[in-house]
Amino acid sequence: MIEKDLARNLLITMKKIRIFEEEAVKLFAAHELPGWLHSYIGEEAVAAGVCLALNPGDYIASTHRGHGHCIAKGVSLRKMMAELYGKETGYCKGRGGSMHIADFSLGMLGANGIVGGGIPIATGAALGSQMKKDSKVTVCFFGDGASNQGAFHESLNLASAWKLPIVYVCENNLFAETTPQADHQAIRNISDRAAGYGMPGVTTDGMDVMSVYKDAQKAIERARSGKGPTLLEAKTYRYRGHWEGDPQPYRTKADIEEWKKKDPIANFERFLLNQKLITSDEIETISEEIANEMNDAIEFGRTSPYADPQACLSTLYIH
Amino acid sequence: MPDRVITYSEAIREALREELKNDPRVFLMGEDIGIYGGAFAVTLGLYEEFGPERVIDTPISEAAIIGAAAGASLVGMRTVAEIQFSDFIAIGMDQLVNQAAKIRFMFGGKAAVPMVVRAPIGSGTGAAAQHSQSQEAWYAHVPGLKVVLPSNPADAKGLLKSAIRDDNPVIFLEHKLLYKTKGVVLEEEYLIPLGKADVKRTGADLTIIGYSNLIPKSLQAAEKLAQEGIDVEVLDLRTLRPLDTEAIAQSIQKTHRALVVYEAPQLGGFGAEVAAFIGEKCFDDLDSPVTRLGGLEMPPPYNPRLEKQLVPQVEDIVNGVRKLMKG
Repeated sequence: MIEKDLARNLLITMKKIRIFEEEAVKLFAAHELPGWLHSYIGEEAVAAGVCLALNPGDYIASTHRGHGHCIAKGVSLRKMMAELYGKETGYCKGRGGSMHIADFSLGMLGANGIVGGGIPIATGAALGSQMKKDSKVTVCFFGDGASNQGAFHESLNLASAWKLPIVYVCENNLFAETTPQADHQAIRNISDRAAGYGMPGVTTDGMDVMSVYKDAQKAIERARSGKGPTLLEAKTYRYRGHWEGDPQPYRTKADIEEWKKKDPIANFERFLLNQKLITSDEIETISEEIANEMNDAIEFGRTSPYADPQACLSTLYIH
Repeated sequence: MPDRVITYSEAIREALREELKNDPRVFLMGEDIGIYGGAFAVTLGLYEEFGPERVIDTPISEAAIIGAAAGASLVGMRTVAEIQFSDFIAIGMDQLVNQAAKIRFMFGGKAAVPMVVRAPIGSGTGAAAQHSQSQEAWYAHVPGLKVVLPSNPADAKGLLKSAIRDDNPVIFLEHKLLYKTKGVVLEEEYLIPLGKADVKRTGADLTIIGYSNLIPKSLQAAEKLAQEGIDVEVLDLRTLRPLDTEAIAQSIQKTHRALVVYEAPQLGGFGAEVAAFIGEKCFDDLDSPVTRLGGLEMPPPYNPRLEKQLVPQVEDIVNGVRKLMKG
C-alpha cells in the first residue's frame, strides 16, 4: 500500500514536469526561447520515481533531456525557466541553457550535452562520497544511446570494482536520438549488461511510477549500505521528437498513440482515484497550483535581464 | 647546511607527499601508481605511506579516470590523477575538454573542479608514435584549463604544489627525459605561482623562449654560444595557460631577438602562439623576425637516430641562434 503523501508528491512531481515541458515546447515554437530543446514528455515517471526515492542531500547527474530530473530534484522553476531564456537570473546566468542546468545546493550536479559524458563525473561524485564517508548516493541518468559509449563501460566497471555508492539509471526510450534500439544494439534489455560488471541489473516499467520508485529504492538502499552499484533500466518512451523540430521519420503516429495508453500520469491519477488516495478536486487544485507556478516562472524568465558579457569572462577561472 | 640535490621525480613525489599530508581532501588515482609506484616510479612508496584509500590503482580506463577525478573534485575532493603516458589523455579528452574544463563556466560560475592531471610527455625513450608525443598545445587551447610544464626539479615541486592547491583543473606535464635529472630543491615547503615565467639565464643579445625539456637544452646551447660571444637569455614559460606575456615582452624589449623552441610538431604548436604574440605586441622591439624551432611534422619514430632528428637538439638551437644573429 502506498502512503498518501508519497503518492501525492509523485503525482505533483510528474505533473510539474509535464506542464513545464508543455510550456517550454510552446515558448520554443513561438521563438521565445533560443537554442535547442529536448522534451522529457512521456518519461516523467522515471525522474519522479527515482528522485523521490533519494534523500535531499544525494547527488544526481543528468543528460541533454534533463528538465525532468532537475524538477524532480526540486530545482526552482523560476531559475530554470530564466536559464532557458538565457537570462542573468537563470541557474547558469544564461551561459548553459537547457542542456546545462545545475543546482549544487540540491545535489544536482548538472545536465550534460555529451551523450554518456556525465557518467564518469557521476562515478567520481560517488567516489568522493565513499572517501568522505558522507553516506550520500549518486544517481546517474542516461539513455539507451549512452549505453554504447566507452565512458559507460569504463565507469560501470570501475564503480563495481570499487563498490561505489551509485545507481546507474538507464532511461531506455527505445531510440538513440533517432536510431531505433534494434539498429544500435543487439540486446533488448540494457540491464543485461550489468552482468559483465558484476553488479545487479534490473529492468523496471518506466511508465509506472510506483514500479520505478520501488526498484530505485532497493538500488539506492544497496548503494548506501556499501554493497555497490546497480544498473537500473527503465523502459520508457518520449512522446515528442529527439529535439523540437525532429520530423520523426523513424516511427509512426500510431506507435506514439499506443505508448500514450500507458501514460504515466493519467494512469497514476486513475490508480490514486480508485484507491481513494486523492479526489478529483484535489487533482484540479494541484494542476491549478502548478499552472500558477509556471506562469510566474515564465514571467520571471521573460522579464529578467540578460547577462553582462564582461561578467561572463570573469568567472571562467577561480582566482 | 649543503644544498640538497634530488631528481625531478623525487621532487614531484615530495610535492605529492607534502600535499597528501597537508590536506585530507587530496588523493591520487591512476594506473599502476600503488604498490608498483607508477610506470616512471614517481609515486613509489606513497601507497605504503598513505594507504590504498588515498593512492588508488585504477582500471586502464582513461575516460573514467579523468571524469571521476572531475566528479570527485566537484563534490569537494582535490584529485591528482596520473595518466601513464600523456598520449593516453586522448582517450579521456571528452572528460577533460568538454567536462572538467567547462563545468565552472557552463554552470554559471558556481562549481569548482580542483583537479590535477599529471602525465609524462616527450620523446627520447624509444617508445615510438603512441608513447612519445608532446600535445600541450591541445590543452593550452582550452579556456578553463591551466597547463604547466616544469623544466627542473625545483620548479616541479613548487609548481605541482600550486597546481594541487589551485581551484581549477590543471594539466601538469612532466618530460620523461627530465625524470632523472638532478637539481637543488629546498627541503621546506614552498610554492611557485602558476602563470609566471622564469628567466633561467640572463643575456643581452637574444631570447630563447621555451619550456620543459627544451630549457636544459637551451641552457647548454647558450653556454656554447657564449664562447662565440653571443649572450643569450633563456626564458622558461613554465605555464602555457595562463601565459606570462609580460615576461616575454620584457625580455624582447631587452634583447630584440627571439627564438621560440618546442618539441611538438612545429605547425600549430604552442610556439606558434608565442611567436604570434611577439609579432603582434613586440614588433617595434624586434631587430630580426621572430623565429620558431619546433619538431618535425611526423609522429615520433621508433629508431633512436630518427627519433633524435624529430626534436630540436642542442646543436639545432645553436644553429638557429647563429642564423638569427646574422639576420
